[in-house]
Amino acid sequence: MMGYMGKRFKRENAGDLLFRVLALLFGLSILAITFGIIFELWINTSLSREKFGLGFLWSTDFNINKGEIGALTVIYGTVVTAVIAIILSGLVGIGIAAFLVEIAPRRVNRVVGFLVELLAAIPSIVYGFWGIFALAPWLGEHVVPAIKSALGWLPIFAGPYVNASVFTASIVLAIMILPTVAAISRDVIEAVPDSQREGMLALGATRWEMFSRAVLPYAKNGVLGALILGMGRAAGETMAVTLIIGNNTQLFTSLFQQGATMASVIANDFGEAHGLFLSALLEIGLILFAITFLINVGARLLVWVFFRDPRGGVRV
Amino acid sequence: MHEGRIQVLRRSRWTTAVAVGVALSLAVAGCGNTVGSSSGSSGGGASKATGGGKASSGNVQAATSLSGAGSTFVGPYYSKAFKQLAQDKGIQVNYQLVGSGAGIQDFINKTVDFADSDAPMTAQQMKQAGGNPQHIAVVGGGVTLAYNVKGVKGGLKLDGPTIANIFLGKIKKWNDPAIKKLNPGVNLPNENIVVVHRSDSSGTSAIFTTYLSSVSPEWKSKVGASTTPNWPTGVGAKGNDGVAGQITRTQGAIGYVELAYALTNKITYASVKNASGNFVKPSLDSAKAAIAGAKIPSDLRVIISGTNPQGKNAYPIVGLTWMLVRQQEQNLAKCKAIAETAWYVTHQGQKLAPSLQYVQIPPKVQKIDEQKIKSMEAGGKKCYTG
Repeated sequence: MMGYMGKRFKRENAGDLLFRVLALLFGLSILAITFGIIFELWINTSLSREKFGLGFLWSTDFNINKGEIGALTVIYGTVVTAVIAIILSGLVGIGIAAFLVEIAPRRVNRVVGFLVELLAAIPSIVYGFWGIFALAPWLGEHVVPAIKSALGWLPIFAGPYVNASVFTASIVLAIMILPTVAAISRDVIEAVPDSQREGMLALGATRWEMFSRAVLPYAKNGVLGALILGMGRAAGETMAVTLIIGNNTQLFTSLFQQGATMASVIANDFGEAHGLFLSALLEIGLILFAITFLINVGARLLVWVFFRDPRGGVRV
Repeated sequence: MHEGRIQVLRRSRWTTAVAVGVALSLAVAGCGNTVGSSSGSSGGGASKATGGGKASSGNVQAATSLSGAGSTFVGPYYSKAFKQLAQDKGIQVNYQLVGSGAGIQDFINKTVDFADSDAPMTAQQMKQAGGNPQHIAVVGGGVTLAYNVKGVKGGLKLDGPTIANIFLGKIKKWNDPAIKKLNPGVNLPNENIVVVHRSDSSGTSAIFTTYLSSVSPEWKSKVGASTTPNWPTGVGAKGNDGVAGQITRTQGAIGYVELAYALTNKITYASVKNASGNFVKPSLDSAKAAIAGAKIPSDLRVIISGTNPQGKNAYPIVGLTWMLVRQQEQNLAKCKAIAETAWYVTHQGQKLAPSLQYVQIPPKVQKIDEQKIKSMEAGGKKCYTG
C-alpha cells in the first residue's frame, strides 16, 4: 500500500517537473529573443557606428547622397509626437476610465467598457487611415483656424497648416493609443478596493478628492503602465505616421511644419537602402529600442523614488 | 500488480507525447518546404528559383526558367510581357519588385539572372558586377507636374526655371509674377504653394531631379540629381500613389507623378516648355517624341530628361527603364534564355506597352538594343540565335 502511494507521488512530481521546465524554457525564450534582437542589431550596425561614432546621436544631417546621416532630427520627431500623443490620450483615457468606474451606472460601465476594449483591438493602421481621410480635413477646417486666431502668435503654432504635419500626426497617434490607455486604466481603477473609496468618503472627502487622493495613488503603478504602453505604441507606430507627418527630417519649431520619426524614416527608406545607409537605419532602429526601454525604466524609477508610498497610502 | 499497470500507463503516455512531437516537427518541416518554393513572383507562371537548363546531345537549349528583380515602375509591363513570353517561348520568368537599387545589388551579387532599373548603373557598380553589364532600354515613362489649385484647370504653363524655383521654395505663392507671366489669362489665387515630393528612394525622383539640374544651375549645385535628393522644402509622401493622394487632399499642392499614374487617375497636370519653346502636355506621344529627339549615347546610359530633348512636340521630363544583363555570361543555356527574354520585351512585348501607359522605345533605340543582345555570349558562343 505504501509502495503504491510512493509511486503516485512520483507521477505527480514528473508532471510538475515537466511544467516547471517548460515554463522556464518559455520564460528564457523571451529573454533569448530580446537579446538576440539587440545582438543582431549591434552587429549589423558596425559600419555606421564606426563611421559616425557617438556623434550619430546628436547630428542633424540627413543627406543620404553625401553619406552624412545623424539621428537627432528623427529622435526629436519621435519624442515630440509621442509625448503630445500620450498627454492628450492620457488625460482623456484616464477621464474615460474615471467616468466609467466612478460615475456611470454599473450597466453602462460594463457595456461601454466592453466597447472600449473592442476599440483597443482594432489595428492602429485603421485609425491611421480614418485620421488621414476623415480627421485631418476636419481639423484643418474647424480646429486649426480656431487655434490660429487664439494662439497663432505662439511659435509652436506658426506657419501655414498642411494636413500632413506634426500636428495631425500627433492627434492621430493620440486617437490610436486612446483605447489602449482607456481600457487598461479602467481595469486598474476598477481593481482599487472599495474600502479605499469608502474610507476617504467617510473622512468627508468630495468625489474628486476621493478619486485623486485615494483611488489614483493606489492605482498609480497600473496607470503608469498603461501610459508607458501607450507611449511605446505611439513611438513605434509606423505606417500611419509615414502617411501623415510629411516626412521632412528637420528640427521643426512649429507643430504645423513637417517632421519625421524614427519609425517613419525606416519605413520610407529601408527597401532600397544598402551599405552605409542601411547600417544607419538599423542603428536608428536600435536607438528606438533603447529609448523605449529607457522611458519604461525611467518612469518606473521615477515612481519608485518620488511616489514610493505604501500601497494604498495617501499622499498628503 | 498495480505498479506494473502504472508503469505501462506512464510509458504509453510518454510514447504518445514523443510521437506527437515528431509528427508536429515533420509537419512544420513539410510546411517550410512548400512556403520556400512558392516565393513571390510578379511574372506569370510557376515560380522556380534559378532553374537549370536542359542540354541535349548536340545543341544547348535555352533554360526554361529565369529570375529577375528591380524597378517597380516597370512591374505591370513585365507582368504582362512575361506571361506572353511563357506562352510563346516557354520561358518562365520570376520577377521580384524590390526597387531599382535593390535590383542592382542583386544583379551585382549574382543572386538573380537579370535586373531592371530606372536609373543607370554607376561605373563603380558596373565594375563590381563584372561580365561587362549592358543596359537594354525596355520602355519609357514621362513625369507629369500635377497640381490641385481651386479654379485652375489642367494645362497650366510652366517652364524649367519656374519649376525649379517652386521646388527650391523660392516661389511661394500661386499668384507669383513668374507663374502669372507664363499664364496671362488664368486667374491664379493668392494661395500658398505646397510642394509634394517622394519620401522614399525613387527612379521617378531621379528623372525629375535630373531635369531640374539641367534647367537650373542653382538646383544643380544645391540639391543635384539622385533617387534620394535632399529636398529643400515640401511634404514627403511614399510612392507615386502617395504623392498623388497628397496632392488631391491638399489645396494648392504641386508635385511630380509618373505619367501612367496621372492619366489613370485623371489628375490636372501642367504643360511644360520644351527646348523648342513650345508648351507641351505630357502624353504617350510627346514622351515618345522626346526619346526619339534625344541625344542618346551608344551604351544607352542616359536619363533623357537631362539631355534637353529636341523636337517641337517633345515633352522634356521623360526617362527610360533598363534591363540589366551581362554581355559575358557563364552558362550558355541561361544566357540563351536571357537573350531571348530581352529580345521579347524589346520587340514582341512592345505592343503591350501603350495600353499600360508605357512609352514604346523608338526604332533607333531598338536598334542599339538589338546590337547589345546579339553581342551577348557565353564561352565564346553567341546567345541570341533567333
